[in-house]
Amino acid sequence: MNNPVLTWGSSKRARRRSAVRRLRRALLTRGGWPSAAWHALMLAFGAIWLVPFAWVVRTAFQPSSEAAGSGGFGAWTSWTLANFAHVWEGAPFGRYYANTALITFGILIVQLLTVTLAAYAFARVRFAGRGMLFALFLAQIMVPPDALVFSNYQVLNQMGLLDTKIGIMLPYFASSFGVFLLRQAFRQLPYELEEAARMEGCSRLGIVARIYAPLCRPVYLSFAIVSVSFHWNDFLWPLIVANSDTNRPLTVGLALFAKSTESGAQWSYVCAATLLVAAPLLVGFLAFQRKFIDSFMHAGLKG
Amino acid sequence: MSAGWIERARRNAFGWGLVLPSLLFLGLFTYYPMLRTARLSLFEQDLATPKPLFVGLGNFAALLKDPVFLKVLGNNAWYAVGTVPASIALAFAMALFADKAVRGRTFARVAFFYPNMIPMIAVANIWLFLYTPHFGLLARLASWLSGQNVSLLGDPHTVLGAMIAMAIWKEAGYFMIFYLAAMQQIPKDLFEAASADGARKWTALRRITIPLTMPTTLFVAVIAMTNAFKLVDHLWIMTKGGPNHASSLLLYHIYETSFQFYDQGMAAAMTVAMIALLLLLSALQVFGWDRSIHYD
Repeated sequence: MNNPVLTWGSSKRARRRSAVRRLRRALLTRGGWPSAAWHALMLAFGAIWLVPFAWVVRTAFQPSSEAAGSGGFGAWTSWTLANFAHVWEGAPFGRYYANTALITFGILIVQLLTVTLAAYAFARVRFAGRGMLFALFLAQIMVPPDALVFSNYQVLNQMGLLDTKIGIMLPYFASSFGVFLLRQAFRQLPYELEEAARMEGCSRLGIVARIYAPLCRPVYLSFAIVSVSFHWNDFLWPLIVANSDTNRPLTVGLALFAKSTESGAQWSYVCAATLLVAAPLLVGFLAFQRKFIDSFMHAGLKG
Repeated sequence: MSAGWIERARRNAFGWGLVLPSLLFLGLFTYYPMLRTARLSLFEQDLATPKPLFVGLGNFAALLKDPVFLKVLGNNAWYAVGTVPASIALAFAMALFADKAVRGRTFARVAFFYPNMIPMIAVANIWLFLYTPHFGLLARLASWLSGQNVSLLGDPHTVLGAMIAMAIWKEAGYFMIFYLAAMQQIPKDLFEAASADGARKWTALRRITIPLTMPTTLFVAVIAMTNAFKLVDHLWIMTKGGPNHASSLLLYHIYETSFQFYDQGMAAAMTVAMIALLLLLSALQVFGWDRSIHYD
């Protein structure tokens, strides 16, 4: 029994057994094999969800001659940036980027102003007709701007603002959704803060700027994320308003570019262009995943 | 007495002043266009009749007899039936996983949610690529499964299904986050009590998680149905509503009627019909909200 070889053998077996046990425990303690199967299933779903995008990324970086033959399969070793260079020169994507940035942030800046003022009024000023006005604002949330695109086009036409960047921005300068979001946040601040500031001789607008707005910074950030994501991706409205490259945003530019390339050989270019358009928001999302998801959560629940 | 009156007048002016900028833009681009559209829907105005001609409810009567409109409405209904329950069920499963998973939690959240960060028009490019005959991953899969070459977007029988698959891919992750929020609000001691009583996981799911996330399900169902009318950008890239109107959706059809056939009266009538539908859905939402969310 004192045979050293034997003890070594049994301890090895014991170690192996304990390793297996540990693995089992890791997999199974939370409900046995159904739980393990469930994990595997959902992780597989996650992988499937990534496939379309992964394939587009692969094609975008693949030499176009090669992609034409294999359609994304084939040699996994050849990578190139040539497709991006081709796309960048083939269509004014630089201009589209600038337009989208201008439109998106132009809208956001004006929205922050209009939304703050109205939210403060609804939260803390008792004025005649407040209830009725609030209901009127509610109506805008129920009727999404997409449904009114054609009617808004007529209005813009009457104003003579077709094919201008300001025309693309104008309908979004007010946001009922933002008003609701901020009104809720403002109402949760203690009223004593405002009273104290007023004792000190601060004007009401000063109070909004110096107390309410800074204290609700996280809510503003949520609103900004949702607003920017929405307008960065908006398509239908800019499509019908913009008629020239000076005013077209990225989404419309991408649609035009994709339509001008028909044959399969040009898929590499379309994939590259698609990545160029989607990249900024995706990068932001990957970097601040938690904040993005939280923002959309609040937006949906309160909007 | 008069001092109080002045004070009140000043407060009213202040309140209205603060709301005015928002009200101006809402008026110009929501209320006025709505009224204008409602009025235009009662007139005949197209290329043949440049001067609006009052026809009463004639446009609506014509819509009910228009086979294309009925076809498009039917498509939209199928599109909703195909996307809403499937994406809600998937969203629930995803949230269940992303809420409790020990490993792969962030991976799951990112993998399921990222399609929402991609513009619909780019999503359309991606899926058009997947569906391209001979090239596309899904086109090859479908050809391999059916044993023949298929064009999923070119066949009126499969085109709507192909769109539905794409919509589910895009939407499920968005609905997941609402379920995540709802699941985080379920008191943990409920589950502890259940497991102390020897209840199995399955029972806890059926008796606790599903009933307590019911308001979310209702809420998500309404958003999903609304989105079935709003998500149309992909049609410009993928099918243009074809073949033979098999994939056309209401908002896209309104666009065609207005900007390609220049039939303003009919487009207005369809817009009115669509707004009425959306308001009806929102009414459902307000109904459900009253029970699930309370304002302070």
